[in-house]
Amino acid sequence: MKTYRTHLMVCAGTGCVSCGSLQVRERLETELKNRGLSEEVKVVATGCNGFCAEGPIMVVYPEGIFYKKLTQEDIPFLVEEHLLKGRPVEKFLYTGPMVKEKVPLLKDIPFFEHQVLRALRNRGLIDAESIDEYIARDGYAALSKVLSSMKPEEVIQEVKISGLRGRGGAGFPTGQKWEEGRRYDSFPKFVICNGDEGDPGAFMDRSVLEADPHSVLEGMTICGYAIDAHQGYIYVRAEYPLAIHRLNIAIEKARNYGLLGKDILGSGFDFDIGIYPGAGAFVCGESTALMYSLEGKRGMPRIKPPRSTEAGLWSQPTVLNNVETLANVPPILLNGGPWFASLGTEGSKGTKVFALTGTVANVGLIEVPMGTSLRKIIYDIGGGIPDKHEFKAIQIGGPSGACLPTPLLDIEVDFDSLDEAGAMMGSGGLVVMNDSTCMVDTARFFTDFSVDESCGKCVPCRVGMKVMLNILERIIAGHGTMEDIDLLERLGRHIKSTSHCGLGKSAPNPVLSTIRYFRHEYEAHIQEKKCPALVCTDLIKFQVDPEKCKMCGLCKKACPMEAVTWEKKTPAVINVEKCVRCRSCIQVCKFRAIE
Amino acid sequence: MAKLTIDDLKRIKEEVRSTTALREGGFRAKVNIHMGTCGIAAGARKLMSVVLKEIEERKIKDVMVTTSGCAGLCSREPMATIEILGKPPVKYCDLDGEKMKEIFVHHVLNGDIVEAYALARGSETTY
Repeated sequence: MKTYRTHLMVCAGTGCVSCGSLQVRERLETELKNRGLSEEVKVVATGCNGFCAEGPIMVVYPEGIFYKKLTQEDIPFLVEEHLLKGRPVEKFLYTGPMVKEKVPLLKDIPFFEHQVLRALRNRGLIDAESIDEYIARDGYAALSKVLSSMKPEEVIQEVKISGLRGRGGAGFPTGQKWEEGRRYDSFPKFVICNGDEGDPGAFMDRSVLEADPHSVLEGMTICGYAIDAHQGYIYVRAEYPLAIHRLNIAIEKARNYGLLGKDILGSGFDFDIGIYPGAGAFVCGESTALMYSLEGKRGMPRIKPPRSTEAGLWSQPTVLNNVETLANVPPILLNGGPWFASLGTEGSKGTKVFALTGTVANVGLIEVPMGTSLRKIIYDIGGGIPDKHEFKAIQIGGPSGACLPTPLLDIEVDFDSLDEAGAMMGSGGLVVMNDSTCMVDTARFFTDFSVDESCGKCVPCRVGMKVMLNILERIIAGHGTMEDIDLLERLGRHIKSTSHCGLGKSAPNPVLSTIRYFRHEYEAHIQEKKCPALVCTDLIKFQVDPEKCKMCGLCKKACPMEAVTWEKKTPAVINVEKCVRCRSCIQVCKFRAIE
Repeated sequence: MAKLTIDDLKRIKEEVRSTTALREGGFRAKVNIHMGTCGIAAGARKLMSVVLKEIEERKIKDVMVTTSGCAGLCSREPMATIEILGKPPVKYCDLDGEKMKEIFVHHVLNGDIVEAYALARGSETTY
């Protein structure tokens, strides 16, 4: 194998690719060739590095220097300075959001410093399309240990000891699921990987599949051995073309090495995996609906029991696990259950991957031990709220989740504490919201999503959610009454208790949690006919308060309709006749003078 | 490609690991080749290829190779600085491929400074 003195790890996750990382990579290759460095310096395309806000990203090893926001034009200078002359280029280094100081090394950047990588253990460190590099980082070592020295029952026992719970949302104990899958004597059995990630703002599963597809294949094969299944399916959204592409490459390479197929590693165990791209229905992330979809039927949940472990895909025993759950399996078998359980809280062991988005400085993909506080996630890892705004709420768990306010920032995030707060882990989307977000409007957004995505099978979800949406729209338009709040709460409770599947049971959560924690905003919309965050346009007067106006003229510049009259040293005036209520003026006004 | 056995898996791991180890830190020694314009003109490239070849052939995992600019003594190029972790770095000058190989074997691998080619021990004080 050829030795290089330097490896350039260029992020080729979807985020960085859309910012032009492929062009950066291409330019690097040509520039290295021109400089005669191709024999000394290797360029590697990795999966998502995590720090998507700063993309395209490149990390230079052995030094571990982190470069951000590179463009094609930067490359010739960078190659000459750093790779030829050995001088890291300061202007491409990371600068902290609060303390303006250059941080050259990846390991010193707070965003990375506080993370513990288990499911994402190989992110940014291997070429996602190279099976050899996965093997070099202990890849398939767990599978070889399992096949050569462990009985299926021992595998299940180890997973039970680890305390691993399903990372897809509900948190069902993985070891218990496998045990049930093993118990039924009906063959063939199936293993399914659920990669139908549908929550708005969530991209954990996609990133794992893009960065480290073999970890999922290995986890599935181990599961197959544990429950005595010989066929697995990966159900992945068709909207994730890069993930599907890398999975296809990974499956082909694993088959060539005999790590999938007949007689794996000479053990006599057969297992193979197929990919099934989903058509993008949110409900197909629900396990029973997913199985119907795989069978070629319309994706709709069915009544349980029987559980899928007894009668799942084609009515055969089936174990369905989430992408992240499966990526956690190989290190558990390699290092033992107690190793995994050494991190986390009483009821939730290990780590959790979150997609951190919204109005936070460091948007990206993070992995932290269970029990890490939201405050640490938002301020230490996320870098706080930028642009002098205040934190208002954090939305956790997507359309099934809840908005949690400042007083709850210190709760330790795990399955149980979130449940108590009226939220849920969901698959792990975290959307940070600042003071310019209206909570009633946010509730409407998620309710609208649930109405669109409801499969229509049961009445509470199909009709109830639509009624909730109508009420919210009424409140936002300024026609709400105080009884509406009670009605929303009552309806929400009914939908939760009578819906058919998990999605319907949790669909009212965004509304219920915003009423629970931000009731005053609902009351302001109804009683004062005001939207405190100035989002709901029907409740904004579009008048300038002359006392607050500092006469800066920014609103006049921003107005696309020329509806603002302003001259130096006079407060601005908005002509309501011309105004189209686009809120451009509100967004630029630093003094909140427009009401 | 024939099917892998468990031993094949271990072999691939060892082989590839030796080339990817530099992403994981944990270095024992650092070889710094001075690659300013003067260094390159005097043949620093040759030193680099000798060092990389040695590392490759001997499957060494704990030596880091870097470049830096002109060391300030252009007349004595090509130059290299060898640093065994925890010990002061040593600068070598007037090198060529053969000398570099000798230094690599004696100093980097065995820890014995090759005094014949050495210029100085320690680095300049920087403030």
